[in-house]
Amino acid sequence: MVHPSALNRRSLLTGTAALAAATALPGRARAQKPVIRIGVLTDLAGLYQDIVGPVAVEAAKLAVDDYGLASKGYTVEVLVADHQNKPDVGAGLARQWYDRDGVDVIVEGGSSGVALAVSAVAKDKNKVYLTSGPATSDLTGKLCNANTVHWAYDTYMLGRSTGGALAASGGDPWFFITADYAFGHALQRDVSGFVTAAGGKVLGHIATPFPATTDFSSFLLQAQASGAKVIGLANAGGDTINCIKQAKEFGIKQTLGGLLVFISDIHSLGLEVAQGLACTESFYWDLNDRTRAFSARLRKRVPERRAGMAQAGPYSAVTHYLKGVDAMGVAEIKKDGAATIARLKAIPTDDDCFGPGSIRQDGRKMHPSYLFKVKKPSESKGPWDYYNVIATTPSEQAFRPLNDGGCSLVKT
Amino acid sequence: MFMILGYPAPLMFGQLLLGLINGAFFALLSLGLAVIFGMLNIVNFAHGALFMLGAFVAWGLLNFLGVNYWVALLLAPLIVGFFGVLLEKTLISRLYKLDHLYGLLLTFGLALVIEGLARNEFGSSGVPYPIPSQLQGAMNLGFMFMPIYRGWVVLASAIMCLITWLIIEKTSIGATLRAATENAPLVQAFGINVPRMITLTYAGGVALAAFAGVLAAPIYSVNPNMGANFIITVFAVVVIGGMGSILGSIVTGFGLGIIEGLTKVFYPQGSSVVIFVVMVIVLLVRPAGLFGKAA
Repeated sequence: MVHPSALNRRSLLTGTAALAAATALPGRARAQKPVIRIGVLTDLAGLYQDIVGPVAVEAAKLAVDDYGLASKGYTVEVLVADHQNKPDVGAGLARQWYDRDGVDVIVEGGSSGVALAVSAVAKDKNKVYLTSGPATSDLTGKLCNANTVHWAYDTYMLGRSTGGALAASGGDPWFFITADYAFGHALQRDVSGFVTAAGGKVLGHIATPFPATTDFSSFLLQAQASGAKVIGLANAGGDTINCIKQAKEFGIKQTLGGLLVFISDIHSLGLEVAQGLACTESFYWDLNDRTRAFSARLRKRVPERRAGMAQAGPYSAVTHYLKGVDAMGVAEIKKDGAATIARLKAIPTDDDCFGPGSIRQDGRKMHPSYLFKVKKPSESKGPWDYYNVIATTPSEQAFRPLNDGGCSLVKT
Repeated sequence: MFMILGYPAPLMFGQLLLGLINGAFFALLSLGLAVIFGMLNIVNFAHGALFMLGAFVAWGLLNFLGVNYWVALLLAPLIVGFFGVLLEKTLISRLYKLDHLYGLLLTFGLALVIEGLARNEFGSSGVPYPIPSQLQGAMNLGFMFMPIYRGWVVLASAIMCLITWLIIEKTSIGATLRAATENAPLVQAFGINVPRMITLTYAGGVALAAFAGVLAAPIYSVNPNMGANFIITVFAVVVIGGMGSILGSIVTGFGLGIIEGLTKVFYPQGSSVVIFVVMVIVLLVRPAGLFGKAA
């Protein structure tokens, strides 16, 4: 493809500019107080820009402001860079940040491929990585480590909530339209598990080329012809948007299971097309008073958009890390990444986005997940008023049981 | 139920029809490219970005000015065509005397700038554009459920292809245009303003891309990358058809759409590469393309 190389140059410039701006501003304070450096590693100009991107950066900065540093004995710098959805670029930036720029903690840092690479760097350098963008549940499973915490969501949570709910409401048998790469197959695997556990059947799947597919009508018709009642969409972003749009166009009557859908996708689809869709997130801006208060503050920084769960993640992670700084002291928290994470796991989490929660041994951040149904246009009061809550899964059940993941940190 | 190659016939008919629909987009886009290449000798890499721009202009017209789909179908190509005039006058016209590569680099750069700006403004997941109310719904063809809008896309692009072909091959304007490509100084000597003709040709090719963009807006997600997804495939179509061949790009556009559609049934994973496989074979057997004249 021609375009990815194009993205590089542009995003590199953005990244460097942002980095320069971020490091230049708080220069004066440096002399008096010690500095905690937080690196937000994200997709600033690619496929997942709307799912994480600039809103995630602002959420991290908001967390710093909300925490109130005036009375503290340290200051905080927030650095920003673009991983371009490439594992090698992400790992390179992480190495540079940890080694050269004195970054203490990296937040966000998804898609799945990038996150697995950065997680390995964090372990290698014994630093701290609190990630919220990636989907893969392997981060707290067989590829877990003592330097990584996975915030916000994972493929297991999505499979259990959306997949389980559809299967339980009589949605059976299933057919999958799967993005033909690691993430798509992982999502299909996790969801199939819940479908069959609920006594359902999976009739088959079509692996669609990624990322070059724009017309899914052919695959949708094949899924329809399979005789399945539920068509599971094991893809994300633009692929999911195109599938939903085109299924509506072709009058496909089967239930569509959008397995990884963010509020930004709904915004892009429009309610006319998206209405009635079931989807799962662990955060919604209009969930309760605390999420509304958070969103009101965030709106002052990004008036046009609302955060989804992957963007609320950095807010929650930064807040929790700063609590850790207060508990351990600046010198101590910088010393040993694994020890820092161990301490962070011991402190209960609590913030406006996810409410009270905890971090489990395997690095899984625990909080409830919510099954939503997308509103009809007539029910919505305006842009971003999109979800009705259908069901809440308490944190202990929202995520994979501790012993089932195969994480080496779990002592039985 | 009778079967074709082991697949139920209704499924196969459905896929053929879908292939034809996608082929309509290939044909429209590659037609614009072929016109521009044939007349200007410029490989217009900005074509995908201008296709995207057409879709966004239609969206903007609807959301800010309340201009409906039908008017946008006329207006968006005009607006983007005018933008094409600006591009040609200020930048592209400076490259005619240089090697093809310069034109390729310039238009590729333009594509990056246009797409980058759009991404900055609209994000990466795009904006919704509704199907016009007159074309909503679907017909039951017996073997498949045919959305009326998709039928319209095939019809509209076939008509547009025919009009373009007629203008270039059968009118006196087209004849002058073709003559100017052969020998510009001579045509100019007859008192014809060749540079202006070339500018208008570029604008026309670009307008075709924008027209396709408006047609695509209700079907695909209107996002900054929508052109990038198409453009490489469309280049393959142009190469297979024969660079610069008008008829070739139309016929191969529809034909390859059908081939791609069938691949989606037999081997879905391969559907994104099948066109390039065809391209390789065609280049080996007929280096000038199916309809191209050997140099």
